[in-house]
Amino acid sequence: MARNPVTWMGVPTFPKAAQEALGDSQLRSNLRHATHTIRDKRAAAVGEVPDWERLRRAGEAIKDETLAHLDTYLQKLEAAVTSRGGVVHWARDAAEANAIVLKLARAAGADEVVKVKSMATAEIGLNEALEEGGVTAIETDLAELIVQLGNDRPSHILVPAIHRNRSEVREIFRNQMPEAPADLSSEPKALAEAARRHLRKKFLSAKVAVSGANFAVADTGSIMVVESEGNGRMCLTLPQTLITVMGIEKLVPTSRDLEVFLQLLPRSSTAERMNPYTSMWTGVTPGDGPQEFHLILLDNGRTATLSDPVGRQALRCIRCSACLNVCPVYERTGGQSYGSVYPGPIGAILTPQLVDDPHDKQAASLPFASSLCGACFEVCPVRIDIPEVLTHLRARAVAEKSKMSPEALAMSAMATMFADPRKYALAQRAGAAAAKLAPSGSVSRLPFPGSRWTATRDMPMPATESFRTWWKTNRKDSDE
Amino acid sequence: MTTAQHESPTSRPAAGMRVALMATCLTDTLYPHTARAVVTLLERLGCTVEFPLSQTCCGQMHFNTGYRDDATRLASRMNEVFDGYTAVVAPSGSCAAMVRDIYPKLPGVGEDLAHRMYELSEFLVDVLGVTDVGAYFPHRVTYHPTCHSLRMLGVGERPLQLLRAVRGIDLIELPAAESCCGFGGTFAVKNAETSSAMLSDKMRCVLNTGAEVLTAGDNSCLMHIGGGLSRLRTGVHTLHLADILASTEEDPWHVTQ
Repeated sequence: MARNPVTWMGVPTFPKAAQEALGDSQLRSNLRHATHTIRDKRAAAVGEVPDWERLRRAGEAIKDETLAHLDTYLQKLEAAVTSRGGVVHWARDAAEANAIVLKLARAAGADEVVKVKSMATAEIGLNEALEEGGVTAIETDLAELIVQLGNDRPSHILVPAIHRNRSEVREIFRNQMPEAPADLSSEPKALAEAARRHLRKKFLSAKVAVSGANFAVADTGSIMVVESEGNGRMCLTLPQTLITVMGIEKLVPTSRDLEVFLQLLPRSSTAERMNPYTSMWTGVTPGDGPQEFHLILLDNGRTATLSDPVGRQALRCIRCSACLNVCPVYERTGGQSYGSVYPGPIGAILTPQLVDDPHDKQAASLPFASSLCGACFEVCPVRIDIPEVLTHLRARAVAEKSKMSPEALAMSAMATMFADPRKYALAQRAGAAAAKLAPSGSVSRLPFPGSRWTATRDMPMPATESFRTWWKTNRKDSDE
Repeated sequence: MTTAQHESPTSRPAAGMRVALMATCLTDTLYPHTARAVVTLLERLGCTVEFPLSQTCCGQMHFNTGYRDDATRLASRMNEVFDGYTAVVAPSGSCAAMVRDIYPKLPGVGEDLAHRMYELSEFLVDVLGVTDVGAYFPHRVTYHPTCHSLRMLGVGERPLQLLRAVRGIDLIELPAAESCCGFGGTFAVKNAETSSAMLSDKMRCVLNTGAEVLTAGDNSCLMHIGGGLSRLRTGVHTLHLADILASTEEDPWHVTQ
């Protein structure tokens, strides 16, 4: 089986990648500023809604119902799209999906396609695959464009260029955008204007557009994309051919269900009451908009994820990125340390499941990239219990490891000690004896792996008298 | 029972109530004074405290690191150890959360103990109905609400209600209080650099308050933050909520403790 491009080739395991990112003080400052701003705005936007918790539960219920009968709803969707003049394609993995898009683009005679920001196409590495096939993909979302022109990788689901500040963006534009004025300033307005001029020509000349889907309605076959810049609407209406790549979990049963998600999504992601542009289309309409519509239904590890009763809740995700913005780990390490288009807490549970390869060390390191503080679950608009899935996937990663690994042996030895109060008390006494070597009551240097702790923290030593010893001496009569 | 809240702190709202203390392995071994403080405090309020000596560890570290069989083995043990007690109290939000949230999901462990498990501030405020426990602590204190107490147990304002009623205390709000300190059990070792980055931000917030003492409902988080504060020789003490609540005018807490 070909490698699943949901993770990036050559990225080390999380702790190693994070260590590099942590050394970049500009990155940390960019991230702290950006995540704290959006975090506070989200809290305010959510606070305005009196029945937020009920909305969350409704979102959770709709998604779970859809996932429980995914086969039925997908067939309904296919029938509805087809009856409205669209063409449905099924893709098991990235390679199949990319091949279909390339074939369609070539058939339309396009050597250039414009793209609406889409996580599904990023997940399958579509731009790179098209490039190999001689078709240039042009990202039209501002942040995606910054990443693309900077020959960079995304670091956030909603704001892929969140790790860049204004002056970095100006540099990228000046170097990579031929029509950018020589005196381009780093004012947001000037940067947006430069991007606008650059993109306008592309919108007007492109024959083919590629999008993802925020939602698809099973009973009508309608596809919905929500966005903030209007670039999406240009792509969705101007070209003759529209190709939508959509993960098979993105559908909802009826149009009415959108009511719930159109409240949950904008407040959670951009902290807006309503997103500026909501585009919806159903098949093709003669004489209006794209005259050819292709929907590619992408599996790429989703069926495998669905088969896991605990892990499958990750498929509820509506890609709002609220969990990234509150995550203390993401805030310090940035998204690229996760080595995947899905960073942050949701990436830590979604990526290893989509990769579905227990021998992939990088993916297996992701569920450990969390302190289990639970802030992600608290903000998730569809109530994905991310800490629960994290510990579940940790157990899966441990099950794949040798029982003779140093960690497994240490854990087993500790469990054996804890399982026997006499051994436990003996270990306490041994610790107390060792503590006499550190009269200050703490140590500043422990041998490996304790050195990982004492690099920045002192370690307290066991007390000379444990509580149980004190209890036995002073209170034993009242007990056992 | 809630009426006791308005009575004088010297009253004994729990008259004769039998309580089992789950000291937690960390407190038992590294911070025995905290477990003694819980005993002092609960007895002062009229409880009869018992400490089943066969208790060891709740299994949280094993569970959170992915060693489920070991965790289940330890959880089953604790289930037996605390069989028969109507109330089990732990001076730890994360161990209480392990019993309450995770035990029911472990094969063969069940919900029984989960229903009888209380984190200390919950037990004092909800079961005994007291917020003024008659404590005296004339120091400048700031409070860190630990992630598991905050989000898994939802202890909310309870610890602060208890602290506000302490005589002599100068309680200062901690900036960014709800941010994780970066401990996370084995996370602190597996992702040591990220953990340290989180810790340094937490320490900066603590130092900005000018507090003499940082308190929390969990010695594990305090071990982490305290380890950092000690390394930087900040002079700020870390002290469990129970130690503050047990301190009285007759028997005050001393720095040397």
